[in-house]
Amino acid sequence: MKAIPLLIAAALLPLAPLAAQDSLPPAPYAYRQLDDPAQEAAAQALMETLRCLTCQSQSIADSDAPMAGDMRHQVRLRIAAGEEPEAIRAWLVQRYGDYVSYKPQVDGASWPLFALPLLLLLAVAAVLWRRLARRTQ
Amino acid sequence: MSWRLWLPLMLFAGFVGLAGYQLTQPKNDFVPSRMIGQALPYFDLPPAFAGLPGAKSASFADGKPRLLNVWASWCVPCIAEAPQLEALNAGGAEIVGVAIRDRPEDVARFLSEHGNPYKAIGRDDIAEVQFALGSSGVPETFVIDGKGVIRHQHIGDIRPEDVPVLLAKLREAGQ
Repeated sequence: MKAIPLLIAAALLPLAPLAAQDSLPPAPYAYRQLDDPAQEAAAQALMETLRCLTCQSQSIADSDAPMAGDMRHQVRLRIAAGEEPEAIRAWLVQRYGDYVSYKPQVDGASWPLFALPLLLLLAVAAVLWRRLARRTQ
Repeated sequence: MSWRLWLPLMLFAGFVGLAGYQLTQPKNDFVPSRMIGQALPYFDLPPAFAGLPGAKSASFADGKPRLLNVWASWCVPCIAEAPQLEALNAGGAEIVGVAIRDRPEDVARFLSEHGNPYKAIGRDDIAEVQFALGSSGVPETFVIDGKGVIRHQHIGDIRPEDVPVLLAKLREAGQ
């Protein structure tokens, strides 16, 4: 019975922050939406496809990390200033590489991922074609 | 039985083998900056500490290579790094700091407790300069050459064994 509080404490341990966090308030547009709904929608769509760099499995739209908030601020400010979402993505990719973007892209390294399903479909079609042709004979 | 029947199983075993091997490899969380080899992006930050000037990109392109240290007083590994920054300073490195999301009073407290190796510290409240540099956390240290070009990035806290490496990179950047 004595072990139960200890077990609960052990279970909660991973929830404690690994590194201390700052005490500064979030950037102005980290949690504030843009006034123009169309611009906010464009910003939201972009933020959902940008990786949070401190919690790398989340998008910056999902993450409460201060750095993700700062990045949302950058995205919203740039959208409000009339910048195209893809230009903002390119600005980040230029600094952090493709890793910062969740949007799939066909390039030198990733083309087999897109080519392989097509090849498999073609192979299946060829096999089906031969079998059906044999059956009708 | 034809050998071809075994082919799918062999393919699957190969896939499991590959996945198993990859799972045993240590995970690399570091996101290196793509800005290495490029000119330092423009910035002009106000001072983060009453006794020192702020940090600006214009002060870098004067022929002298420097270290640009991205840190914060709330960052625990930055405490571990402090003695190495002192060693770098003693080794002739000029260090410019950028304090991320920090308060001047916290910066002053950190410097009085862990030493002050900085020539200047800029205050970056919204991680603006951090994004411009392609830095993804604190602490990170960049080697900037005398022309204001980023030459090297050290991710994470500087360990004792990294000090000679960074001093060598600085010498390289000065040539």
